[in-house]
Amino acid sequence: MIFNPEIETAGKDKLKEIQSNYLIKLVERLNDNVEFYNKKFKEASIKPSDIKSIDDITKLPFTQKEDLRQNYPFKMFAKPLNEVLEIHASSGTTGNPTVVGYTQNDIKLWGTVMARTIAVAGGNPGDIIQNAYGYGLFTGGLGVHYGSLELKCSIVPTSSGVTKRQIKLLGDFGARILTCTPSYALYMAEVAQEMGVDIKALPLEIGIFGAEPWTANLRNEIEKVWGIDAMDIYGLSEIIGPGVAQECKAKNGLHIFSDVFYPEIINPETLEPVAEGQDGELVITTLTKEAFPLIRYRTKDITSINYEKCEVCGRTLPRISKLKGRTDDMLIIRGVNVYPSQIEEILLRIEETEPHYQLVVERSGTLDQLEVQVEINDKVFSDEIKKMEILEQKIVKEIESNIGLLAGVKLVEPKSIERSMGKAVRVIDKRNS
Amino acid sequence: MKVKQISIFIENKIGRLAEVTKVLSDVLVNIRALSLADTKDFGILRLIVDEPDKAQATLKNNGYTARETEVLAVEVPDRPGGLFEVLNTFEENKVNVEYMYAFAGKLEQSAIMIFRFDDVENALSSIKNTSLKILTHEELVKLV
Repeated sequence: MIFNPEIETAGKDKLKEIQSNYLIKLVERLNDNVEFYNKKFKEASIKPSDIKSIDDITKLPFTQKEDLRQNYPFKMFAKPLNEVLEIHASSGTTGNPTVVGYTQNDIKLWGTVMARTIAVAGGNPGDIIQNAYGYGLFTGGLGVHYGSLELKCSIVPTSSGVTKRQIKLLGDFGARILTCTPSYALYMAEVAQEMGVDIKALPLEIGIFGAEPWTANLRNEIEKVWGIDAMDIYGLSEIIGPGVAQECKAKNGLHIFSDVFYPEIINPETLEPVAEGQDGELVITTLTKEAFPLIRYRTKDITSINYEKCEVCGRTLPRISKLKGRTDDMLIIRGVNVYPSQIEEILLRIEETEPHYQLVVERSGTLDQLEVQVEINDKVFSDEIKKMEILEQKIVKEIESNIGLLAGVKLVEPKSIERSMGKAVRVIDKRNS
Repeated sequence: MKVKQISIFIENKIGRLAEVTKVLSDVLVNIRALSLADTKDFGILRLIVDEPDKAQATLKNNGYTARETEVLAVEVPDRPGGLFEVLNTFEENKVNVEYMYAFAGKLEQSAIMIFRFDDVENALSSIKNTSLKILTHEELVKLV
């Protein structure tokens, strides 16, 4: 089903009209209510009356994560605190956490875009959803929760962790949809196997997985072990939380709800827009949010955009490609750009199964060294040292020919790399510690 | 005629080898022969035990990567040239030895060596019409 067909299948002109009206009002609101933006507009010599349509958005300044930190905790809010009914915050491991707030209308918006999201993934009213995203300051759990209520599904708010109980409830309650991070879905499959539970026999049909980048190969692996459709969800708490974009059954890009979250793709260095289909940094403007609106927020996520109508689900909403990585996840090692997802693709090809790996970057002298630690599995283990060394060399060679970097490879014992309940820790960078 | 060998992947870390032997000792599996091949970062431990299936299952349950390989236990005459005769037989039949190691127990006139071949079936047929003797798993574990 399509939750808001009048929006999700609207023609380009209608969408543009909606976006233009929203943007004009947004700039007025921010100019009046948020000192940060009032100053930024003045610096750029922009008056609200200069903004006449969505095309004028490129005249507006960008907003960066650092701006949010500097205006900690509430200075970015465009509404008085007594109208802000819910506040979330990032973990803030480096400095001030990022704080986001929601008015009653914002929570309604969140429910709506998440209801759309679940429907895009194939969900229907009446479905049982087991929600293993964390509930708490992290927006994942509550976002799915509000969307499920809005779509009139039955939500089972397990949150993350207590994995054996997750598996028992999947069987006993018979959820049709599971929501969690892809790495946790893999971990659950491992635990289920240890418990002797045949997860393919469960009623589960759809997984809505996100909150961390994952590759197409990893999707195939998850779909194989679970016997489900694994769909990619995209969101970030600064914009709303989960509910920014979602893959439909075509599995060919994520439909972004551009009527309320206006997307642009820019070159992160020149800040100029890139052509349709080209990779760049995703920039989003929240056109209708009340408490915590953002103009041209730089997500640091690398993707591309496709404005063609989706022939499979019929939506006209543009599609962003599966994320290629983050500008700040990108490791620069000896001048070479490396994304963990590139290493993951290579390992999946070689190990023929979901790789558990970690990238350790160290500086020895003036030279950066990348060590790829890979857990050994039954498929590739041999009693002959020769064959194991060939395997190591093969990984080294594939990384060198695909990425152009000579990395060290260390084979490690199964389950020796820490499993995540939330986001997988793929990179340990010891260069600055 | 073939003997089951258990191979285990272990990281080159203090105490790992001891942990493996503890896991087997806890389920009363007796190790009769072993060989450890190592690189800078990891090693492969190969074991001949009295109960290979039990050993394999126990190791798996304890999170180790372990697999069974078929090897041959060959009697090697305990005199000068004894090992040469054995190896020569395989060479003539173009059977490649991947690795080999000694078995702890001994017969009166000969030692016993464990051979891992690239092609175990070919190795078996190459000794059919020779004086070379191989031991079954049952014979092997009975030796003192």
